[in-house]
Amino acid sequence: MLSTTKKLENTGFSFDNCLRNRFLEKNGFISPKGKKTGTTIAGVIFKDGVVLGSDTRATDDTIVADKNCEKIHYLNKNMYCCGAGTAADTFQVTSMVSSNLELHRLNSGRPVPVIVACRMLKQMLFRYQGYVGAALILGGVDNTGSHLYCIYPHGSSDRLPYTTMGSGSLAAMAVFESKWKPDLSENEAKELVKDAIAAGIFNDLGSGSNVDICVIRKDSVEYIRPYECLNEKGIKRGNYKYKKGSTALLQSHTIALHLEEEIIQTINDGSSMDTS
Amino acid sequence: MILANTESNSSLKSHNTRFNPYDDNGGSIVAIGGDDFVVIASDTRLSTGFSIYSRNQSKLFKLSKKSILGSSGCWCDTLTLTRLLNARMQMYLHEHNKEMNTPALAQMLSTMLYYKRFFPYYVSNILAGIESDGSGWIYSYDPIGNVEKCKFRAGGSSGVLLQPLLDNQIMLSNLQNIDEQPLSLEKAIKIIQDVFTSAAERDIYTGDEIRIMSITADCFKEEKIQMRKD
Repeated sequence: MLSTTKKLENTGFSFDNCLRNRFLEKNGFISPKGKKTGTTIAGVIFKDGVVLGSDTRATDDTIVADKNCEKIHYLNKNMYCCGAGTAADTFQVTSMVSSNLELHRLNSGRPVPVIVACRMLKQMLFRYQGYVGAALILGGVDNTGSHLYCIYPHGSSDRLPYTTMGSGSLAAMAVFESKWKPDLSENEAKELVKDAIAAGIFNDLGSGSNVDICVIRKDSVEYIRPYECLNEKGIKRGNYKYKKGSTALLQSHTIALHLEEEIIQTINDGSSMDTS
Repeated sequence: MILANTESNSSLKSHNTRFNPYDDNGGSIVAIGGDDFVVIASDTRLSTGFSIYSRNQSKLFKLSKKSILGSSGCWCDTLTLTRLLNARMQMYLHEHNKEMNTPALAQMLSTMLYYKRFFPYYVSNILAGIESDGSGWIYSYDPIGNVEKCKFRAGGSSGVLLQPLLDNQIMLSNLQNIDEQPLSLEKAIKIIQDVFTSAAERDIYTGDEIRIMSITADCFKEEKIQMRKD
């Protein structure tokens, strides 16, 4: 082996630039922050499973960055996870745990218990002491029944029958606290989650646009996106099409193409696709 | 890369627990002046941080028969400023036996803002008015009294989003081979409604409702248009 070959990177984060960045910050450099999106996410357990819900607005400070983003992430066949907080962290944490859960499922040959996912997520978040800013609602159904967990960025977790997270969590929880009851039917649960998310959408400026809902039952999943469009875009009154020639032409240059050969290829009627 | 002064940065840090007298309550203002009209509009959302105080608070103040002020930013400063402005206008009326005209009002507002140079009113003001020749003009201000007289202006939380759109649609900047026609009041209102629709899509502090006020030689009109409420 050549001695100049670069050693394989260790797994995990690279902290190479920490010293340099600390020096820059000491000299007044304002370092960029990750996208922290305002969010409303919620979940309830009903008779035969779990309902998860989220809004679809992603904000970058006071500007709406994405009007229809996906906040309910796939973890495994029998469980999904809503994410609030730093967008990159919620996405990365759920996709990494999703990979490990799939390996676990193939290894054990059974649906992965939801508590396993919860443990994986909280151990990962605890390791990074809250610097991985993911606030999660994990829901799923396994051989022991329906489960709903709420996981905080520092790695603590709660097991609850109904829960909310994100900047709109207070508005959403207000709806749960006034309308929730034990043993909801599936439709009741879906409508309750929709009302909770809607409360977040209208009363929290960090949340907006549509309601997404994911229903997880004993052996089926229904991901409804959008479940309801609560905010239609206003209709434009004027016409904003520009007439041809209204853009200034600064320069033009023509490249002539010389035709050297013409090939005509006949293709069969398409009834049998060539897969050789 | 922004490299700020180290000393001012450290002194900022030691004071960051002090009481902050200012708040940003958001909201946007758009005004357009034409040959024989002036039109000004605001949204009706009043907010702080991630929460909404009101969905029904117009930021327009009809100061006289010929002028309307749009004021957004720190709402308590807006209230104080407009109260003082009304008092000063009343004093002018009693002293001179006539209503203040638009240029006089524009100048007085600038003076009143600069008077508070070192503890400013945290507001973005846009004054729309009809002048003695009947034409409509817009005066826009920074918080410490700098004035600019122009034909159209967007201000407030989505001012920076809307101004380029107005430049393009009203001044026809970056366009060529277009026959320029004088702007009508109907067209101006149409543009205002559409820019607010766009602002409500992308600015979290703009939404709920638009209030549009217009003045022409013979009439004053006010209308309301609904916007998205998320």
